[in-house]
Amino acid sequence: MTMWRKLTVAGVAALLCFAAPAAMAAEAAEHPPKQDWSFSGPFGTYDRAALQRGFKVYREVCAACHSMDRLHYRDLSALGYDDSQIKAIAGEVSVMDGPNDEGEMYERPGRPGDKFKAPFANRAAAMYANNGAYPPDMSLLAKARHGGADYLYGILTGYAEAPAGHELMQGQHWNKYMPGHVLSMAPPLQDGQIAYEDGTEGTVSQYAKDVSHFLTWAAEPHMEARKQTGVMVLLFLIAFAGIMYAVKRKIWADQH
Amino acid sequence: MASGPRVPFDNKVVEWIDSRLPIFTIMQKEYGVFPTPKNFTYFWSFGGIAMTMLITMIVTGIVLAMHYTPHASMAFGSVERIMRDVNWGWMLRYMHMNGASFFFVAVYIHMFRGLYYGSYKKPRELLWILGVVIFLLMMATAFMGYTLPWSQMGGWAANVITNLFTAIPFVGDDILSLLLGGFSVDNPTLNRFFSLHYLLPFVILGVVMLHVWALHVSGSNNPLGIDPKGPQDVLPFNPYYTAKDSFGLVVFLLGYVTVTFFFPNILSHPDHYIEYNAMVTPPHIVPEWYFLPFYAILRGLTFGVNPYIVASVGLFAVVLLPLYCNNDTAKPGLIGSLLHTAKGLAKKFPLPLLGAAGVMFMLGYLAQYEKAAGGKVIDFLPLADLVFVDAKLAGVLAMFGAVALLALLPWFDSHPVRSARFRPLFKIATLALAVDFVILGWAGMETADAVLFSLGAFKFPMLWLSQLGTLYYFLYFVAVLPWLSRYEKALPLPNSINEAVLAAKKH
Repeated sequence: MTMWRKLTVAGVAALLCFAAPAAMAAEAAEHPPKQDWSFSGPFGTYDRAALQRGFKVYREVCAACHSMDRLHYRDLSALGYDDSQIKAIAGEVSVMDGPNDEGEMYERPGRPGDKFKAPFANRAAAMYANNGAYPPDMSLLAKARHGGADYLYGILTGYAEAPAGHELMQGQHWNKYMPGHVLSMAPPLQDGQIAYEDGTEGTVSQYAKDVSHFLTWAAEPHMEARKQTGVMVLLFLIAFAGIMYAVKRKIWADQH
Repeated sequence: MASGPRVPFDNKVVEWIDSRLPIFTIMQKEYGVFPTPKNFTYFWSFGGIAMTMLITMIVTGIVLAMHYTPHASMAFGSVERIMRDVNWGWMLRYMHMNGASFFFVAVYIHMFRGLYYGSYKKPRELLWILGVVIFLLMMATAFMGYTLPWSQMGGWAANVITNLFTAIPFVGDDILSLLLGGFSVDNPTLNRFFSLHYLLPFVILGVVMLHVWALHVSGSNNPLGIDPKGPQDVLPFNPYYTAKDSFGLVVFLLGYVTVTFFFPNILSHPDHYIEYNAMVTPPHIVPEWYFLPFYAILRGLTFGVNPYIVASVGLFAVVLLPLYCNNDTAKPGLIGSLLHTAKGLAKKFPLPLLGAAGVMFMLGYLAQYEKAAGGKVIDFLPLADLVFVDAKLAGVLAMFGAVALLALLPWFDSHPVRSARFRPLFKIATLALAVDFVILGWAGMETADAVLFSLGAFKFPMLWLSQLGTLYYFLYFVAVLPWLSRYEKALPLPNSINEAVLAAKKH
């Protein structure tokens, strides 16, 4: 029995050794390096200051092309904004509402219950304005890509000159971490582009880090509650398992 | 059920109910004093664990359905609304999503336990078959649930899987329209998948009831595979196994909870968070992990059935004939005498016939194997292009056949000894099957053109691994088990469960 088990384990291990390089070779783009995120790990939480900075980056840069349809202005309370701040943020956009009592559609200032206003009326308009490339909705982007926040950070900081031999067409850009390396989005961030109010330095890497943090929250707004609940559930189950084990031992005592 | 003589209960309310409908008597008989072999390992906890997962899925599913909208333009949004705005919606959704995976974990372990300890053998054949029916229903339910969030992965998986049915000759296209409710995966598809995804779990629950009923007729098997011979071999289910199973269940739940709360998306693909778009095909369409071994079998059949494959299968069937036909005298009639002759040949020249079958197979296979540079490896064979069953249909048949074989397991393995503990060869073959199943799953995960390893210019494609894995899977059932049933010499069995338990205690 044990000999066969050992042989099986050895066989599987040998197969894995063979397979690992092959699997790596198949991956075209580089894996974006892992960053240090406050939300990593079983006790990780979002950094409110980083979220607010990231939201600023989204609002001033990304929002020109990328929608965030799944979010409402009221959700921003999770970033540490109070009601009056959220009202002010929502009030900056104008929203089509109606029909009113006279059957007319009308524009009004945004309210906290409104969805984030999208930059384009629809997908076709978004593609028309961007040379046929569709800027994806960002609400779930951090969960919709392998690597999550590391990937987003990688893309934002991974622009480079195309290596010799790679012809790029008009409107195409080379990126180390993009699968297939070519993407239509021009490098969106420059040093000093956004004025942070809290004195954090305005570098591309800092912007990228903050906006990736914000997008991770946007994709998984209940992560903190999830992990905290998980810890409680685990503690309960571990205690319960201990009790059940003791009960089982006691009941089986006459059989052992 | 229990409608015979009854022992009255002391509690008046209980007695009032029980004398009219003896549910308390049934519970007492089936879960209280039910005589259960005293030597169960924790392997035997997985039936109850699977049941717990089924209930978890039904309860979370019912609540999710209160918030979900089965419409092509709203389904994805409604799932996100559950994740963001419904109180504890994220928890229900993650419990349901990962619950499916852990339901399959429990069921796969439960099935392997049945396989390893011969729990499918007489008198438990029907019990086993009901289990295979549950497994099939679970696969259908899980697949349809996968499409409900109307994501890129779910929607495209629906395309791929429903498209398999077009391989069926003559009626394939009609079946496809029936499944889809139209000509493509669209709102009618989503509506019927939702309807069936809500219905099937209750069908599963019904079949589980039959499964448990059949179990309580035959009684449980046990790690020794020998029947209990008297009261010294058994224990009342309560409190012994209620306590032991509860502990096993809680340990299992620890794993489930860890994934659900800390790695909720580790088992799913990022494309599950992109809304379905019929115009954009994702680069990789992969099924959920629990389907991967069957997916590998489906993709492994890259060749159709041509005359050479037919000849190979025919020759192999002749080799196997002595394992399947017991009587040595020829039956009257042409078929009887033909079978008798073939059997005689198989007994005299088993190896040459096996070799011929292998050669025929390689010819038939290579005649359809595309070289990297284009063209077939062998292109001079006559009739090689006469393909009776094309590769796609062959793949579909193999995939469904892989599940169908499970149902026939009690007849492939007719060895009188149940437990692998006393069948050294069966044990090796069965553990190898488990490894094979994992390898198939791994092969199913890789892209179609992946390479396992390369030695210089020679590249060993992942595809060959799927094909070898598929070969062993089928050989295990049709050849290895019948051969072992006939020739494997079992180790001596203990006299009784109690004796074995006492002997083990001494060490």
